[in-house]
This record gives sequence, C-alpha cells and structure tokens, in this order.
Amino acid sequence: MTTPTVAAGTIGASDLLALYEQMAVIRRTEKAAHDLFLAGLVKGTTHLAAGHEAVAVGASAALRPDDYVFATYRGHHHAIARGATPEECLAELMSKATGVCKAKGGSMHLTKASAGMLGSYAIVGAHLPLAAGAAWSAKLRGSDQVAVAFFGDGATNIGAFHEALNIAAIWSLPVLFICENNFYMEYTPIGSVTAVANPAADRAPAYGIPAEIIDGNDVVVVADAVSRAALRARSGGGPTLLEARTYRHFGHSRTDPATYRPPEEVQEWLARDPLDIARARLAEFGVPVERAIEADDRAAQVVAAAVAAARAAPSPDPAGAFTDVWADGGSQWRT
Amino acid sequence: MADVITYREAVAEGIARELRRDQAVVCLGEDIGKAGGVFKTTQGLFEEFGPGRIWDTPISEQAILGLAMGAAMTGMRPVAEIMFSDFFAVCWDYLANEMPKMRYMTGGQVTVPLVVRTANGGGLGFGAQHSQATENWALTIPGLKIAAPSNPADVIGLIASAIRSDDPVVFFEHKGLFASKGPTAPAGHVVPLGQAAVTRPGADITVVALAATVPMALAAAEHMALEGVSAEVIDLRCLVPLDMAAVLASVGRTSRLLIVEENPYQGGWGGTVASIVADEGFELLDAPIRRVAAACVPLPFADALEKQVIPTVDSVAGAIRALLAY
Repeated sequence: MTTPTVAAGTIGASDLLALYEQMAVIRRTEKAAHDLFLAGLVKGTTHLAAGHEAVAVGASAALRPDDYVFATYRGHHHAIARGATPEECLAELMSKATGVCKAKGGSMHLTKASAGMLGSYAIVGAHLPLAAGAAWSAKLRGSDQVAVAFFGDGATNIGAFHEALNIAAIWSLPVLFICENNFYMEYTPIGSVTAVANPAADRAPAYGIPAEIIDGNDVVVVADAVSRAALRARSGGGPTLLEARTYRHFGHSRTDPATYRPPEEVQEWLARDPLDIARARLAEFGVPVERAIEADDRAAQVVAAAVAAARAAPSPDPAGAFTDVWADGGSQWRT
Repeated sequence: MADVITYREAVAEGIARELRRDQAVVCLGEDIGKAGGVFKTTQGLFEEFGPGRIWDTPISEQAILGLAMGAAMTGMRPVAEIMFSDFFAVCWDYLANEMPKMRYMTGGQVTVPLVVRTANGGGLGFGAQHSQATENWALTIPGLKIAAPSNPADVIGLIASAIRSDDPVVFFEHKGLFASKGPTAPAGHVVPLGQAAVTRPGADITVVALAATVPMALAAAEHMALEGVSAEVIDLRCLVPLDMAAVLASVGRTSRLLIVEENPYQGGWGGTVASIVADEGFELLDAPIRRVAAACVPLPFADALEKQVIPTVDSVAGAIRALLAY
C-alpha cells in the first residue's frame, strides 16, 4: 500500500480516505496479531499499537519514500505505514519463512529497509542516536533526506535520549524525534516517574530544540506537524521534537489486560479513537460515509487474506539459523 | 615518509590512507579533531581532511556509537573512537545488542560497515578504570570482528581491512605500544582480517600472543633461546575471525602450547583458543596447555602492584621453562 506524500495543510479528501484505509489495515492487523497470539500461533511477545495508528500513518504521509524511519518494539504500525505488508508482518510474528525478516527478528524487530523503515529496536532509547546518525549521514552526503525516531514516553528517561538530542542540536541534524506519549511506561504512569509534566516536550528546550505537543490521534494534525518539521529539517533548520499524545487500546504486551489504567480514562480515550476522528474528518470533507465503509471492507479483506497466507506459509529452513551474521552471508568465525 | 614509524603514527597514517581512498569514510570521537586525540593517534587528520570528515563529539559514548551505526546503515563508513576501551561499558548496548545483531535479526536487510577504535590495555599506571584489556568482552558477542595489532605495519594493514569490511569491527590499539617503532607499510598494504602471523619460528613450543603480549612473548623467546629453547611465536592479530588453523599447525610442529593474554584469566580469550586445541589438537600435545593471563583482580595503580597482576616477560619465560620441563 502506498501512502500519499502530503505537505502541511494540503490534505484533501482522497488523501485522507487513503490514510483512513491504511489506519484500518493496521488496526485489523493488530487485532489479528492479538487473536493469533491467544491462539498460540505467535510465540514470544507482541506489543500492539492499536490506538497509535494516526501517529504512524500521519507521519508517513508527510515523509518521502527515501527518508529514514526508526521505531520501537511497538512498531507494527510503523512497518506497515512505511510499506511492509500485513502478510509479511504477520508471517514474521508467526515464525514463517515469508516473514519480513525471514523469521529471524520477530514482532519486536520488524524492518523493511527497502522502504526506508530501518528497524524496530527493543532496547529502550537505543535507536534515537541511530536516527541522528542516519540524519548525519544524509547531511554528509549532501542529500536532503530526513530521519525520524519514534519512541515511547518511557524512553525520555534513558540516557541515549538525552545524548541524541544534544548531538542532534549541536550538529543541526535533519532528524525528527517523535514521542508517542501513551502515558504509561509499561505498567507505570509516566507522570509518576518523570520530573516534568510533558516527558518529551519539556526536555527539548534544555537542548535548544523546538518542540510541539500534538494530538496523536488526529492523523491530519500529525501529518501537518511532521510535514512542517520535515520541511524545516530539509532546509537546514535542524531537529524538531514532537510529543504526540495517544493511547494504547491493548495492554503493554502479550496478554496484559492493563488493569492499572482507570476505566474512566480508558473510556475517555476509546471515545477519541483515531479511526473515528478520521471518519469525522472525512465527513467534514463531505465524503459520503459509504466510502469509509468500503475502505473498511477492503482493509478487512486485505488482513483476512494476510492471515490466511501467513498461516499457510512454510516454516523457515533450519539452515537459516546460520546465515546473515556476516556480510558474506555466513556465520564463520574461525578457521 | 620515514622508513620507521611509531605505532601511534601508524594509526593516523592508516586512517588517512582510507580517508583519501574513500569519501564515505568519516571519523568521530572525543578530542580526535583539533586536539589530534588524547593519545595523538589522530594527529594531522583534522588538518588534512577538515571538520567535514573529522568530527569532535561531546562526551557521549552512546551517541558516538549510535551515530556511527546509523550512518553506517545509510551509506557511510564511520570510524568511531572510544577513548579508552574501559568506556565500552557505558555504550555496551551498541556493541552487544545493536551493531552485531542488526544484519541477522533483519534477515540480512541491513549492513553495518563501521570500525570502533579504542585505546586498550595496561602497564601505564592508569588505574582500574583506564587500563583494562577488554578484547574478551567483545569476544563474547557473536557478530563482531575483532582486530588487535602488535606493530605499526599491521596497524596500517589491519585498519585498511577493518574500514573496508562490511561488518562491524572493534579495533584495539594498545596503549603500551603507542611509542613503539617499526617499519612502515608500503602503499596499498592490507592485512586480511583473521590471518595470524608466525613472528618467530621455533620448534619446541608455540606461544600464542596478541597485541602487547606479542613483543612480550618475543622477548621471552629470545631469553629462552639463551637456555637452548626454540620458541615459536604466533601473533593472532585478530580474535574474530580466529585463525585456529595457524595455531593448530604450529602446535603440530612444536607439541606444546602457551597462550599469553593481557585480559583476566577468568573469561579471557585464551580459554577459547585452549578449548579448541584441547578438542581438535589433543593428540598433537605432549604437555598441558598453559595460559599466562592477568590475575583475577581489578588492576592496581602502582607499578609495583600492576606488574604483579598482568603478564611480564619473566612470567612468560617462566611458563615456557615449566612447559618444557613437563
């Protein structure tokens, strides 16, 4: 699925319908991942991004295909938004040979390098310096690419976050730091472990980086903010930090029921579902509701076909355990 | 160029040759630019290549290695310096979890062509947090290549291979060798990773060494020659790839093996070498395999104490004598 590239303030009805459909695909893929996990067909763990769709889809809409994206272990939405198919993502989760990483990465490491999706990282905060490095590389090569690091609120209290912001600022790197603030670092309210009210945005001024708090559940707002920040980065203006407020529809991982979240808070956020907000936006554009229903139907078909294909796919060749360590394709470490 | 060069000059010379050869090579680290490096191993690079190729960083080891990796993934060949190898501990995530695993866990989608250079080893009175030989830390991680040259020509030849490698390479420069001199390397000199050198042929015992323990082993071998012992010294040059074929061939000639390593005996790289020889070369041996390694204590400050802990020419000569008497 291709995402339209949009400039700030220019999203039209057809763009928005495409973004809506992409969010619907991600939502259904996450639901499928949840069900497959409960059915015992996904081993290990999953960190579902249902509820976060607008951040990934809105940001991708504002980026170019040659830009770089770095995501976290909660990264299915970013992989799909950048062009990985639901089938290759679900196949990866299900340990199938057709997985996007040949079943060597799993849920936490979805990567689609050919689409500029340069990885999902499972060590909190580690990828912020990597995104700064990709931005440095773009600067060194004289390209006008930008790099984006998506990270959770929990990452704002680890050292790598602070080292990355400082060096990105002093070297004026074309990098966007986009925090998906879902208000919980795993099981703990972020406010109870953070010295400032806004975990990412309030830290940015210490590094001289402009920051903005945005509605992470409104795909149009996200696309506009990312578009402005990307334009600034491409024109030599340096890094920007965006703190996108959003909310998980599932727990932190696996079967976590997230009972640590007050029911009224959950209800409040479910009433602000990013898909509902996008549908309301479509109505504002005068798009008939049937178009959104059709998009939903197409998304359902795509994901149902993806699940069927992933289920039917073969397991990886056991010999694959010993490939891809070195650039020569092998794993030999001694003579 | 002079025919003789110091080890520290060889570091800068080797990097400069690659910077001239390939525009994708770029250096970053603390004090490596105008200051020329705290050990003067990057002297002259800033003057020749300028701030667009030689980047001074803040004291942010995670940012240094993270930026190097992000740049390596997107078309550059970064050479990152971590000032002392002890500081690997503050950026270990990148060496242990990120650089060596990215290609594998993406099913081969991502390439990480970079070098992490670092000043390694003891004997200079820097105390417990600036003197460690940490090659064995890196050896525990599948996916890292490891080079540790013992002389100036090898510094130039191995840094060329390391920078041209499409795999992450950890490059250990020994602090105790920086002032040592040797023949320089001719233009285009490249030493392949994973190819050990027989630096002194001998018939009675094989002494396997790395970096600063190579001149130590050579000095011990010279001393033992006065006692009529013919010791063969093997310079491993790299721990990954590990040239066990060279070691096993030498043991086949001498039937005795001594391993001299500066890292602690506990978990040291010699344990891996010894286990392979015990497994695959058992019938070649006429004596037990012995290891001279650092004692399992933190490194003390005073010379009188430090020399009790790390290998010395005397301790190596003593071990050779004991194995010959077995």
